[in-house]
Amino acid sequence: MKVIFRLGAGIVVLLALAAVLAPWIAPHGPNEQDVLARLQAPVAAHWLGTDNFGRDVLSRILFGLRTLFAVSATSVLGALLVGGTLGVSAAWLGAWMDRAIMRIVDVMLAFPIILLAIGIIAMLGPGASSAAAAIGIAYVPIFARMLRGPALQLRQMLYVEAARAVGAGTPRILLRYLLPNLASVILVQASLSLSTAILVEASLSFLGLGTQPPTPSLGRMLAESRNFLTLSPWAAIFSGLAILLASLGFNLLGDGLSEQLDPRLRGT
Amino acid sequence: MGRALLRGCGELLFVSFGVSLVSFLMIRLIPGDAVQLMLGANAEVTEAQIDALRHQLGLDQPFVQQYLVWLGQVLHGDLGTSLTTGRPVLSEIGAAAGVTVELTVLSLVVAVVLALPLGAAMAAFRSGGANLAMRLLSIVGITVPSFWLATMLLYGVSALAPDWAVVGWRDLTSDPLGNLSGIALPVVSVASPVVASLARILRAAMTEALRQDYVRTARAKGLGERTVLLRHVLRNALIPFVTQVGIISGYLFAGSVVVEQVFALPGLGRLIVGAIADRDYALVQATILLATLVFVLVNAGIDLLYAAIDPRMRAA
Repeated sequence: MKVIFRLGAGIVVLLALAAVLAPWIAPHGPNEQDVLARLQAPVAAHWLGTDNFGRDVLSRILFGLRTLFAVSATSVLGALLVGGTLGVSAAWLGAWMDRAIMRIVDVMLAFPIILLAIGIIAMLGPGASSAAAAIGIAYVPIFARMLRGPALQLRQMLYVEAARAVGAGTPRILLRYLLPNLASVILVQASLSLSTAILVEASLSFLGLGTQPPTPSLGRMLAESRNFLTLSPWAAIFSGLAILLASLGFNLLGDGLSEQLDPRLRGT
Repeated sequence: MGRALLRGCGELLFVSFGVSLVSFLMIRLIPGDAVQLMLGANAEVTEAQIDALRHQLGLDQPFVQQYLVWLGQVLHGDLGTSLTTGRPVLSEIGAAAGVTVELTVLSLVVAVVLALPLGAAMAAFRSGGANLAMRLLSIVGITVPSFWLATMLLYGVSALAPDWAVVGWRDLTSDPLGNLSGIALPVVSVASPVVASLARILRAAMTEALRQDYVRTARAKGLGERTVLLRHVLRNALIPFVTQVGIISGYLFAGSVVVEQVFALPGLGRLIVGAIADRDYALVQATILLATLVFVLVNAGIDLLYAAIDPRMRAA
């Protein structure tokens, strides 16, 4: 079913473009206030309405997507690099290194992601960069565990042995033989992790622990608009929808990718 | 079985030890001086007071000793004193834990009860169109932010039934009806993404089980479709389902933490977020430690549950 993959890719590309092009396509500045037009329903001048300060909801969502993607992409990329290195080293070095690394991973996996993230933010203080660090650290053990298994299998492959026999060094084996074969696992896992990392970032910002004002943030936008829900629900509705769409896009993409890359799953 | 149990206990002890060490480190590694941070910008703080607090927290001792002293206190049930209320941290957590536990457990029950028939029904439909629709729907369900769903429910109810007092917490024992009507919407918000995720896992597991030889054998020997589905397919599919319930408990907790905020429920989520704002580190640390240990125990319990469901696991 290519539909899932295409749909996911479409949403991701669309939102990523919107986030990148926000300064050019947003009809208003993210913090520009129109005090005469506060808490408005969608109208021609403000497609998605305005918030309690008279700020344009669409523009704030576009800029909020920027923050959301920047924080979640940084954290997932960092987690992939650190966690992936840990997982592959554990598989490659084996023996006591493997046991030691995986024990630490077990301990970190014991913490619910949100609690580990909250704990790290308690240390670093609330803010977008703390949120990125917190989510990144919380996802490290996930990538370590996810990549160790396949790396362990690949290590015993005949072509790896053959490469070593003809004199390839470890860096060459890792880069030329291991990495390309891990690529599909990495792509799928990174995409699915982005989907959940987006929700964690939005949750943290919603709780006031992530991105701080005046930087536009979708989670915080939703939290602030709750106080004016009965007067004008639009900011709450659309900021939440944007979070949902962002998370959905990456989830569909990951789901579709895993199907495309693994022929056994096709048609299930 | 005995050896596996013993190894499980060993792992449990090791992970608990690790969790305690990480929880301990979290607070000790705060950049700058935790004591200064705790006392804040209060100008009237004297050098002597700082030293006293530092001594009280054991910060003037070597690192390993600090950890051991702290661990000893924790094992005796002394998790410190809240800086904001002056009450023992444990009683603060005890008061809030009930709310979160009720919300989490009710959501889990609702999610499992809904996901079982839903997932089974999804596995029964095998046409392309229905399949795609259900897959899309379940992915949408998984990615709905629970705090947004909660906000939308709150808005919907306030528009449709303004008399329903949905926000606030009433005690289960003194006002059971009020308690249930107050927790209904939070449960729906927390449970919805979990229903989608569990139903999806069950559908995948059942579809996989349907392809197995033992299903063909069961059909070939003339068993009814109902018996085949319930006794052979569902039972085998329950193993990945139960694994997922263990993973899901973390999501349930995360959902509770944010949803409590929407409905002003005095649970652990509100406690820990408030504690961070107040720089009440002892409270943050203890909440993380205790909640994580509960998760470690829940997951250990689920491992035991496997043995009950799947005889093959008993030998392993």
